[in-house]
Amino acid sequence: MSFAPPFDLLPPLLVGLGKTLQLTAGGILLCVLLALFAGLGKVSGIPPLRWLANIYVEIFRGTSALVQLFWFFFVLPFFGVSLEPMLAGILVLGLNSGAYGAEVVRGAIQAVSHGQKEAATALGFTPRQTLWRILLPQAVVSMLPPMSNVFIELLKNSALVSVISVHDLTFVAQIHRADSLRTTAIFSIVLVLYFAVAQGLSRGMSFLEKRLSRGRDLGGVKA
Amino acid sequence: MNLSLATGAQWDWAFAWEILPQLLSAMRVTVTATLLGMSLAVFGGLLLVMMRRSHIKTLSRSGYWTIEFIRGTPLLIQLYFFYYVLPEYGLQQSAMVTGVLALGLHYSSYMAEVYRAGIDAVPKGQWEAATALNFPPKRTFFTLILPQAIPPIVPASGNYLVAMFKDSVLLSTITVTEVLYTARDDIGSDRFRYLEPLTLVGVLFLIVSLISVAGIRRLERHLEKKR
Repeated sequence: MSFAPPFDLLPPLLVGLGKTLQLTAGGILLCVLLALFAGLGKVSGIPPLRWLANIYVEIFRGTSALVQLFWFFFVLPFFGVSLEPMLAGILVLGLNSGAYGAEVVRGAIQAVSHGQKEAATALGFTPRQTLWRILLPQAVVSMLPPMSNVFIELLKNSALVSVISVHDLTFVAQIHRADSLRTTAIFSIVLVLYFAVAQGLSRGMSFLEKRLSRGRDLGGVKA
Repeated sequence: MNLSLATGAQWDWAFAWEILPQLLSAMRVTVTATLLGMSLAVFGGLLLVMMRRSHIKTLSRSGYWTIEFIRGTPLLIQLYFFYYVLPEYGLQQSAMVTGVLALGLHYSSYMAEVYRAGIDAVPKGQWEAATALNFPPKRTFFTLILPQAIPPIVPASGNYLVAMFKDSVLLSTITVTEVLYTARDDIGSDRFRYLEPLTLVGVLFLIVSLISVAGIRRLERHLEKKR
């Protein structure tokens, strides 16, 4: 055990943090897209779309992110699809969180009061216009708080990608643990770094929520 | 039925059938870890929520930050922390014990929020009645509030039980021979086939999750009807 100041550990860990941020950003982007598609699919009037969305959500929510990661990394090559670890990581993070996000999107759209939909129909809006101009803009604000949780879970899940040798924060920590034996210092720094990013993410999302709900009449319900 | 593509990858039913018993028996370790972890989380969560509600400011504030910190950091790192750091201070336990501790601690923070929601939902009149009847605070909390707070939060706790079950595969990273470790390190690397073991693990989890979630939904509906 040694208590040397941990400053020399910071540069490599920060490089790892960069990779973690890339993974998280890529994952969030994919997650938002999938959540929107699958969430809209779940409330769609077209049965096959609904089934597809349901199957996707159930599979990715019903199995572990780590199992999904191993499947993408170890099993897909059997089918001739070899993914770079980084790409496999972003794909699994996005697919996994997207399934949780889909439920958020579905819930938020269904929570928009029914009168809004009826009013849009009465005014002759097409279904597409109703969705894009009436339902989604109102749903987005109530999506943000639960989405913030989904993003934080994604950030935390990004640590898993270290086991398929993506050089993220966790991976760098493991390497330095092995050759410096300063376990306490390394893992304490790593915990604090993850926590800081999670706090930043959650603050950013509540800022966004405040911005988007500014001047909006939420029908007397305080969101 | 053969799942074959141009590359010739084939799903081998005989192999899948052969390894299934081994996977199922490893699943027992997974289930044991989950149940032990959840028992810890049920107590840990209660402890954290009591800290959080304490009138002593330092206590409630440290409760808040403990919950935030545990929830804001990856379970994997917490697992590594327990596995690699604690032994340096003379606290050496088996990988399984370490894993259960980490799972229990991590989910304590989620359970604390579940308890909080349950306690907040108990009507304020109950507290006031207890005060009027001169109940001491401790007795009010344990014999009056908590018994009313718990039944409505059973479904939410069930969801976290399923989540913990899925997260328990992380224990494979610290060499607990649960189901994923068995699939990848025991069967996969031995036989150079990952398709069947890893797919079977996924399917097993899917089956358990779907059944549990359906059960939780029924319970939820049942509780709603009772109200």
